[in-house]
Amino acid sequence: MNFWRFLLKMDRRIIFVLVGLAVATPLVVPLNLPVRVTEPVRRLYRAINEIPSNSKPVIISVDYDPSTVPELRPMTLAVLRHCFRRKIPVIVITMLPAGAGLARDAMETVASEFPGSSYGKDFVYMGYKPGASLVMVGIGQDFQGTYPADGFGKPSAELDILKGLHNYDDIAMVLDFTGSSIYESWIMFAYQKYGCKVGAGVTAVMASDAYPYLNTGQLVGLLGGLSGAAEYEQLINWPGNATIGMDAQSVVHILIIVLILLGNIAYFVTRKKHGAAQVAGQGQKGSS
Amino acid sequence: MTLETFSGTFGLWMGAALTLCIFSFLYKDNPFYRFAEHLFVGVSAGYWLVYNYWNIVKPNLIDPLREEQWQYLLPLVLGIFMLTRLFPNVGWLSRWAIAFMIGSGSGIMIITYLQSNFLEQIKSTLVPLDPTGQPWYVVVNNVILLVGVVSGLVYFFFSKAHTGVTGRIARIGVVFLMVSFGASFGYTVMARISLLIGRLYFLLHKCVGVI
Repeated sequence: MNFWRFLLKMDRRIIFVLVGLAVATPLVVPLNLPVRVTEPVRRLYRAINEIPSNSKPVIISVDYDPSTVPELRPMTLAVLRHCFRRKIPVIVITMLPAGAGLARDAMETVASEFPGSSYGKDFVYMGYKPGASLVMVGIGQDFQGTYPADGFGKPSAELDILKGLHNYDDIAMVLDFTGSSIYESWIMFAYQKYGCKVGAGVTAVMASDAYPYLNTGQLVGLLGGLSGAAEYEQLINWPGNATIGMDAQSVVHILIIVLILLGNIAYFVTRKKHGAAQVAGQGQKGSS
Repeated sequence: MTLETFSGTFGLWMGAALTLCIFSFLYKDNPFYRFAEHLFVGVSAGYWLVYNYWNIVKPNLIDPLREEQWQYLLPLVLGIFMLTRLFPNVGWLSRWAIAFMIGSGSGIMIITYLQSNFLEQIKSTLVPLDPTGQPWYVVVNNVILLVGVVSGLVYFFFSKAHTGVTGRIARIGVVFLMVSFGASFGYTVMARISLLIGRLYFLLHKCVGVI
């Protein structure tokens, strides 16, 4: 069997091993490949930078479950760090039951990095509420009516960050991190109905679906997948897990491109040889 | 060792073991993989049941009813109607609850959905093609956008056979669709590899400690 036939009949488990090595090696031995910041990420960074410090809070909606944590947690942490660093008050909520623990963990991780920040004044965790669309409409009508208590059961009226906060008029921006289409609901209700700015961080699978909203100005910025998170980490100059993972991502992409090219070349080479052999066989039959 | 430390260490090794069990499917189906899969399904179902009871049913239905807010009887009745699907004789009652959900859902969504997904999208395709006062690459971009939208729409217009001029425009639409599928595929590869990176980082950083 020649090389090209071997490629076409290669056991797929060999490819699994190659992909595994291509991911693990750059994680152990970092290559520090450059990450180029794209315009959608820069737009979100700029929009957050334009929010005055110690003024209106931002809502950070952590709408993902454990299956998308590797992509969405790094971008959530990066944006939270940016907000905490700029002293922008943060309200953390979630629309998914499975996102409750992840939202709280992200908030507490970043809060522990900023010892000067205090719960209830600089940041608050409002927990999970069922019925995403109704919650979004509810925030537009009466925030404290929708969230009478925070995620730990403390009445909203006793939290400094929520004093004087009635509806979207008192919120600087909504930022949604999600592996689902919940960001579309935020656009429909927070932006279209109440005129509040909306930014999103989505999984790479969903990024291409989100671009039309960016193009129409309904999203102020967009982070797509691990690369979006790595770009944001670079903008805030705080390298995290996304930056570490991008080396592996780049190496695997090169491997996949090489495999696709080799697979196609092998297909055409073997088809050409197979066609030539068939013609030769028919010629022999004709002469006999 | 304190209970908290033990809990953390146990959780860490359990996570590592279950990750390897799931990865073992890449070689072939085996009992370790099936054990991890069944455990995941069972734990997920238990988590959702308990979480939904304490965070949805109790605060939004049981507590208000205990406080004698009788208007909450209506959602209780509609909720029971949903469960009647389990009994063929009275299963038709579930349609009332479904009708309520669809009606209220449509009422809330329809206007804003049209605004953000229809009107705004059409508006964004009304772009200037005149090169005066704007860079040439913006004009090229706008032309590509216009051709892509029009040819893509023609491809999905089925009331006329795709022959002649219509067919040629539809074929251009196919090219745009293929480019779009290619971009989506690229993003999908990136997403799946990100998940693998997340798991391998967990194993190499937290369990083996080489990172």
